[in-house]
Amino acid sequence: MLSPDAAIETVDLAKRYGRITALVGLSMRVERGSIFGFLGPNGAGKTTAVKLLLGLARPTAGDALVLGAPVSDDRAHREARRRVGYLPELFRYQGWLSAREVLAAHCALMGIDRAARGHEIDQALATVGLARRADDRVQTFSKGMQQRLGLGVALLGRPELVVLDEPTSALDPVGRHDVREIVRGLRARGTTVFLNSHLLSEVEQVCDRVAVVDQGRVIAIGALRELLRADTVRIRATGLTDGARASLAREGFSLDGDGERFVARDVDEERVPALVEALARAGARVHAVEPQHETLEERFLALLAPAAEGGAQRATAEKKEQH
Amino acid sequence: MLVVAGLVLREAARRRLVLAVVILTALAVVLTGWGFSRIPYLSARPLPVEQVRLIASQLVILVAFMFSFVLALSAVFVAAPAISGEVESGIALSLLARPISRTSYLIGKWLGLAALLFVYTAASTALELVVVRSVVDYEPPRPLEAFAFLYTEGLVLLTLALALSTRMSGMVGGVVALVLFGMAWMGGIVGGIGQAFDNATVTHVGTVTKLVLPTDGLWRGAVHALEPAAVLTGVRGAGPAAAANPFFASAPPPFPFLVWSALWIAAVLVLALWSFRHREI
Ligand SMILES: Nc1ncnc2c1ncn2[C@@H]1O[C@H](COP(=O)(O)OP(=O)(O)OP(=O)(O)O)[C@@H](O)[C@H]1O
Ligand SMILES: [Mg+2]
Repeated sequence: MLSPDAAIETVDLAKRYGRITALVGLSMRVERGSIFGFLGPNGAGKTTAVKLLLGLARPTAGDALVLGAPVSDDRAHREARRRVGYLPELFRYQGWLSAREVLAAHCALMGIDRAARGHEIDQALATVGLARRADDRVQTFSKGMQQRLGLGVALLGRPELVVLDEPTSALDPVGRHDVREIVRGLRARGTTVFLNSHLLSEVEQVCDRVAVVDQGRVIAIGALRELLRADTVRIRATGLTDGARASLAREGFSLDGDGERFVARDVDEERVPALVEALARAGARVHAVEPQHETLEERFLALLAPAAEGGAQRATAEKKEQH
Repeated sequence: MLVVAGLVLREAARRRLVLAVVILTALAVVLTGWGFSRIPYLSARPLPVEQVRLIASQLVILVAFMFSFVLALSAVFVAAPAISGEVESGIALSLLARPISRTSYLIGKWLGLAALLFVYTAASTALELVVVRSVVDYEPPRPLEAFAFLYTEGLVLLTLALALSTRMSGMVGGVVALVLFGMAWMGGIVGGIGQAFDNATVTHVGTVTKLVLPTDGLWRGAVHALEPAAVLTGVRGAGPAAAANPFFASAPPPFPFLVWSALWIAAVLVLALWSFRHREI
């Protein structure tokens, strides 16, 4: 059932920490070369999923393939990790080493050729903008600089898969922009990126596909454009009579609003030309038609709303029981 | 594996652990050296050479005890947070996501720490013995053997603390290891008392603690290697009560005990590996 040609594939991956269930049954597939956004509220299980993928924790049930290697097979998974870069959510590096030495240690652990290391390290330092501080001790770095170093560590050795757990949590706006550029650069090279984040605008700007997780399970997954339906159209038109609006409604375009500005709902992008034709037939003079994209944030909140309500209801029910 | 070991050594050097230890050891050697130099003038008339050597031999054992104690403490303090510290801080996250196994990470740590301990034990014992020889012209009978016993004693504690470090925070693991060390020392004395009074039960208690944690047995080995023949015959003449004295050993540790100590280190290391392989980071 698991196919080795995906960058990541999980089937019913579950993780319990004692009484706490961090992941219920995660099934997803991340294609090679894609930028995959993994979203969810705090405590949804994002970091847990990443740790399972990297072999830092063991699944309670289910299995996952990372670059074709099952996490349950220690040896194969270790070999596969040669081609994986990782920036942890809790990024900390040996404070008593310089940035260059940290990178060198990671090169050695990855088994990168001695001759190639210098170049690899310089390139990583330049990419994350730490070239000037390369020989300073890491303990003298600011938090954002440490995160940049972590990013550099994740980029070493041209990995095939880069896993970034909240890569911009400590970065300034320039840093966030840099990360987007780095991620785009990775895509251009064909690298798969698995991006854990709750900064939705960021995900929206770089990701091809996203999964939304909540309480340990996937509640939505798909291409970003499919997930964010463009189903509202703003119209500015004059000469639209009530009769004309009624006939438009019979064609399936119900317009809200009055005067010149209207909103048509439930119109997906392919039907926009038909809407314009119908407006013209009805005798309206059309000044502007703007299909509106739902933002990821709106979608995210809509997806989570039922769960949040459910949670609230559950909480009140529990309270009642206590009384 | 060697990369991890190298990181341990570099950390010790960079964090000035080595510097601090070197300064303190030099200080201790100077102080004890001065102490040895005062022996001939302890009484109004200068003591004869024979007596000076006898006193020096006993003092060397006391100094060795101090060193073994410092060695044990340092081994525990350095090894107890070696793994738990990196897991708690998050350094281990990025290291263990690399293509290295938990086994080579742990063995790398152990090798690095063991090398550190070796250099420290060798340097400090050599320095102390050289000072003693130049000050009072006394040399214990088998210094290399004593060094080997002291080092193995440190290695036992280091391995124990590292094993605890796979599961416990540095502070807890350190305290547990030191309490066990203290209990083993007491167990050795208790066993000695059992021997002195020919009480089988009490002797067994001593033997069992010696096997559970071989530090005290190894310490007695070091003592025996430092005892001149004259002292041995002298104290043996005083009867079996001497067995209760923690600074005396009437016989070297039996060969099976040495094998047991080696097995003990290997077994605890295997236990640590098993524990760490199942540790969630
Ligand atoms: N080591 C652990 N022991 C016990 N419970 C844990 C542990 N790690 C995570 N959990 C629990 O698992 C759940 C998921 O945590 P996780 O860190 O994966 O969330 P997350 O999606 O990364 O959240 P955030 O956005 O805050 O980083 C939480 O309920 C958390 O309490
Ligand atoms: Mg997280």
